[in-house]
Amino acid sequence: MNEKEVGAETREFGFATRAVHAGARPEPYTGARATPIFQTTSYVFEDPEAAAAYFNLQEYGNTYSRIMNPTVAAFEERIANLEGGVGAVAFASGLAAQAGAFFTALQPGDHVVASRALYGGTLTQIKHLERKLGFEVTFVDPDRPGNWKEAVRPETRLFFGETIGNPGGNVLDLEAVADVAHDNGVPLMVDSTFATPWLCRPLEWGADIVVHSTTKFIGGHGNSIGGVVVESGRFPWDNGKFPGIADPSPAYHGLAFQATFGEYGFLMKLRAETLRDLGACMSPFNAFLFALGVETLPLRMERHTANALEVAAFLAARPEVETVAHPGLPGSRYAPLVAKYLPRGAGAVFSFDLKGGRRAGTRFIRELNVFSHLANVGDAKSLVIHPASTTHRQLNDEELRGAGISPGTIRLSVGIEDPGDLIWDLKRGLEATAAEPADEESNEEAVACPR
Amino acid sequence: MSSVIACELPPRAPGSGSGIDLTRYQDAGAIRRLLTSARTVAVVGLSPKELRASYFVGFYLRRNGYRVVPVNPRETEILGEKCYPSVAAIEEPVDVVNVFRAPAAVPGIVEECAGRAKAIWLQYGVIHEEAAERARALGLEVVMDRCMKVEHARHLGRLHWLGFTTRRITAKRPETP
Repeated sequence: MNEKEVGAETREFGFATRAVHAGARPEPYTGARATPIFQTTSYVFEDPEAAAAYFNLQEYGNTYSRIMNPTVAAFEERIANLEGGVGAVAFASGLAAQAGAFFTALQPGDHVVASRALYGGTLTQIKHLERKLGFEVTFVDPDRPGNWKEAVRPETRLFFGETIGNPGGNVLDLEAVADVAHDNGVPLMVDSTFATPWLCRPLEWGADIVVHSTTKFIGGHGNSIGGVVVESGRFPWDNGKFPGIADPSPAYHGLAFQATFGEYGFLMKLRAETLRDLGACMSPFNAFLFALGVETLPLRMERHTANALEVAAFLAARPEVETVAHPGLPGSRYAPLVAKYLPRGAGAVFSFDLKGGRRAGTRFIRELNVFSHLANVGDAKSLVIHPASTTHRQLNDEELRGAGISPGTIRLSVGIEDPGDLIWDLKRGLEATAAEPADEESNEEAVACPR
Repeated sequence: MSSVIACELPPRAPGSGSGIDLTRYQDAGAIRRLLTSARTVAVVGLSPKELRASYFVGFYLRRNGYRVVPVNPRETEILGEKCYPSVAAIEEPVDVVNVFRAPAAVPGIVEECAGRAKAIWLQYGVIHEEAAERARALGLEVVMDRCMKVEHARHLGRLHWLGFTTRRITAKRPETP
């Protein structure tokens, strides 16, 4: 007989304890304490009745790693626990996770109200899916909850925003926007990649679905692509507006997911139908790395946010810098929202504008030696990029302005290195820009990067 | 139409808006002890239809080692077991009476449980505070607005295999399944 769990039922464990333990109990057969990487496609059934029960969703049993895998499940439970959701479904990437949530919640003819200050890849994805899947999106300035309300139509089925906008640093008024969504019988979905559950848990403020690119701070080390959807279990998907979730499913002999699985209805649908059909599953190895990353999430985020604030304050005081869009800086227009939703810090990704514009931006990036020039954020290493020519280059000028970006905008993802070394690096870059002539109307870079 | 069955879940999230402190009937330690000690479960309102939530639960409990006693006045046999018209008609001792009925039916079921069962377990949305208190006064353990299948899967089964939150934190090595 093994020793039994003792006394844990009633303890409310803290975030750091759950970051290390949630989802990962010792492996029963071997006693392995680290979650094993179950690198298998499929699972032997106990008997034919068990197989039937698994495929009918009557019993929780592993069938095929496209829809479930023990290593991936350990990671899913860990994130769901930290976000305060009833569960989570992992995907191959953050964009796959978002697409999965859209695919599950929406039908052709539906309407979505979305922030216009979203990550460029998300904006592109939404516009593409609009055409391919036949739903329609109204993009709004996310900063005023009234804008969301005004955009609602009878066929609106989803609100979508980011906890902290990429790269503009808009902080979403989660509670107010969730109220507008619920007044209209629709869920609020939030991309909380920049906040992570350590800085903000949108479900606690009324959001219904949280999506993450786990590629970023959750993994934390820039080694794997992944995404996850977390759901609160509280949204009434059977309110008449979501037949795709509430009505009997032809793929499961007429099973009605919401009526049968209650608070798990949306996530069961997301896993057993959407993930099954889209196939963009997370690999067990990536899940292992993400679960490992989460163990140090509180420690890393404390250092990330402290370093970022120090770097932002340094930049704000420099003559070469026009503006710094870090929502945590004193005087930020988001200060009240940061105080309410992000008391532990406003993240570690922010942008700033160089006075010299596009040409100065290019020179600045060339001069850096510690910051890596690449298209990612949320690595332990400090990262830098020029959005107008990279992550947001698919956007036209108007869309770029809508997302809060100018030609000279530089985005930083501040890592966990020694802050003095980061400031040393940035100072050298800024001093080099002083030697550059200012942008002309038709400079070479602008022609090379028209969008 | 007979009042057989509130197999369907209510059109709302579990526990929300009832105005009752449901946590008094949802203690994780008590639920775990009940699931571990119980052997025979009477399922009141068990539907013979495979796609109903009650059938999912009855099927699951049977597969996981419980003796399931169906209670449904319109049927003679469900899940291969003799079906009884009421809790009072059951001819064997019962540990848990698991209820898939409209809340209004609960007080009557509670009275039938007295002396016949150790616990009454009211499924998602089956909320009746007075009946729950009466059951306690009769010496019954009470679980309310929880699903017995989900709680079994959370504490003793495989809820975590689907990435659902179990809230279980332990460094002890589990028994091999």
